[in-house]
Amino acid sequence: MENLVYIALFAPFASSMFSALFGMSPRQTFVGVIASTLLFISFAASATLAYHVYSTGTAIHVTMMEWISAGDLTIPFGFLVDQVSVTMMTVVTLVSTVVHIYSIGYMDHDKSFNRFFSYLSAFVFSMMILVMSDNFAGLFIGWEGVGVCSWLLIGFWYHKADKPREENPSISPSWAANEAFIVNRIADLGMLVGIFILYWNVGSLQYDVVFAALPDLSGSVLNAAALALFIGAMGKSAQFPLHTWLTDAMEGPTPVSALIHAATMVTAGVFLVIRANPLFGMDEVAGVSYFIAALGTFVAFFAASMALVNRDLKRIIAFSTLSQLGYMFAAAGLGAYWIALFHLAAHAFFKALLFLGAGNVMHAMDDELDIFKMGGLKKAMRWTYIYMGLASLALAGIPFFAGFFSKDAIIETAFNEGTFVLWVILVLTAGMTAFYSFRQVFLTFHGKERYDKATIHPHDMYKFVLIAMAPLAILAAIAGFFMGGYENFVTKLLPEYHMSEHTHHIAWLLGLLVLVVAVSGIVLAYRKYANGLKRDEDLENSFIYKLLANQYYIPQFYEEFITKPYAMLSEHMWKDIDMKIVDTTVDGIAKFLYKSGDGARKMQTGNLSNYLNWMAVGAVILLVVAAISAMLV
Amino acid sequence: MIGLSHYLIVSALIFSIGLMGVLRRRNLLMLFFATEVMLNAVNIAFAAISHYYNDLTGQMFAFFIIAIAASEVAVGLGLLIVLYKKYGSLDLDDLASMKG
Repeated sequence: MENLVYIALFAPFASSMFSALFGMSPRQTFVGVIASTLLFISFAASATLAYHVYSTGTAIHVTMMEWISAGDLTIPFGFLVDQVSVTMMTVVTLVSTVVHIYSIGYMDHDKSFNRFFSYLSAFVFSMMILVMSDNFAGLFIGWEGVGVCSWLLIGFWYHKADKPREENPSISPSWAANEAFIVNRIADLGMLVGIFILYWNVGSLQYDVVFAALPDLSGSVLNAAALALFIGAMGKSAQFPLHTWLTDAMEGPTPVSALIHAATMVTAGVFLVIRANPLFGMDEVAGVSYFIAALGTFVAFFAASMALVNRDLKRIIAFSTLSQLGYMFAAAGLGAYWIALFHLAAHAFFKALLFLGAGNVMHAMDDELDIFKMGGLKKAMRWTYIYMGLASLALAGIPFFAGFFSKDAIIETAFNEGTFVLWVILVLTAGMTAFYSFRQVFLTFHGKERYDKATIHPHDMYKFVLIAMAPLAILAAIAGFFMGGYENFVTKLLPEYHMSEHTHHIAWLLGLLVLVVAVSGIVLAYRKYANGLKRDEDLENSFIYKLLANQYYIPQFYEEFITKPYAMLSEHMWKDIDMKIVDTTVDGIAKFLYKSGDGARKMQTGNLSNYLNWMAVGAVILLVVAAISAMLV
Repeated sequence: MIGLSHYLIVSALIFSIGLMGVLRRRNLLMLFFATEVMLNAVNIAFAAISHYYNDLTGQMFAFFIIAIAASEVAVGLGLLIVLYKKYGSLDLDDLASMKG
């Protein structure tokens, strides 16, 4: 079993290194094929491990080597494969295998084809380190690793020029990449502080040691640690107010959006909260947990509202990712960790599928993303239509697709906890989710063709790409039926969560209510958009519409009140402090040394007599110094 | 009564004379003489202190210095002859060939 752990972990690494060998050379199909094969091997190993953990019920804990050992600090390079991490491993490797195969088709015409695979596999390796590590230090390394890979991949088309915000809200790939990286850096500081607090108070970073020591810590320490760790999670999972980077990250190639910014990396924050559930589940940190749930609910609603009016195909899906992450945090904050993890897995399947479908549409439409300029694609792209429709049904929570089970459970949890405000918002959000996902499907695939038929000839993706997407489609459809079995499996590790008798009794009523809201969202979208696009000038000029379309003006707000003042401050610091004080001091020392050297050069006359005189002067000075020091002592 | 301090003062005076010679003289031969004067000033001090402490080590050391000074002069004078043959002068101002 130990070998399987290493195979699962290092196959993506081998894939990355192999592809990197061809990084600078022209497109080679076999690079993509070998990378996909290695990823599939990793998936097979993960699935075997999952079966092993499922059948034996025991976790596998391996220590590869001593990693950091200094004084009292020992951090081994160890890996823990238990119910939680094996779920993540299987989901990550499955989605990445599909995305790798998909990329062979999608990146077909890109000249940096090989480089792309190298980055993509490096990402998977970092993500595996993140989920498999048995200590916080390893988690943090993986955390940073996925951050770097995300930066590399968002900015993959770094040569594209900057555009004004009105024209392209994310300005340019390299701008978006930097934004994502910097915003995450802010959150990572919080995360580091959290890890330090735990290390200071416990003296170890191993999960088992830390969690065992938690009951001995004081309430304020626990609250500080939980809050700091959650700030880290907020950055990676793009929760308000650190959410702007996620939609801008859509500048990256679409397979990247599917893998990193929908299915895996952004769920790392949720994973952290679930992994650290012994901390977040304590009574002392109930306040922090409630904050997590409230923030999650707010983000779910907030992101869904922006998705309602957006016209960019990928951005709509990105907002929906944000919204679904909010759902996951709501569940985790309310103590239903296993439901959050289940929604995470289900969401990974249908959201990756949705993104890959969007990639197909982009491919067919010559990189056009505006859904107002599409329409009627269902004839030309039947399979993509089916896939995206299916993923949207799952996302909207229609029975009996994956999202129905997981999202319904979250909404039920909010009701069960007696947090009715959260419950109402989550139900409303479910309706909005259904509306915007089907608005997008109808605008893209139904109605009249609004694109320029002379230049664009839509066609479906390559066969092998469509086949590769099938596993995701199947899982998006049926994953929900495994919910009961999964609960038994994962609650061996995670705390169980039971609905109260009362909630259980009226569960069907609650489910029906959510369903009615969701279906009415779909019906509304159908009536409004299915028969073509009728633009409503009044609505589009209304204040609310503009507010939503401009993302509540938050990017502009950040630009005006954070970026610009910071740039001004930096310029001031540079010109007045750095140039005038620091540089002048350093230059002064150099100039002094140079001048004194220049002056001292005159001593070297070549005349032995002068030298002897200088020698005598030196001897006298030494004597004087010796005499003075002798007197002082 | 002549004591240790008298000897040391004489030694210091002779040393200073030697030092002044090293500093002020321009002729290499005179520089050699001046160094010999300094060495012998030290010898006087050695002998006097040795006598004062009733310890022969200092005097032994003086002998060593005399021996080394003799060999130094032998080598040094040889070099001086070569230098004189090459440049025709032993004046340090004329021999300044390594100006920086």
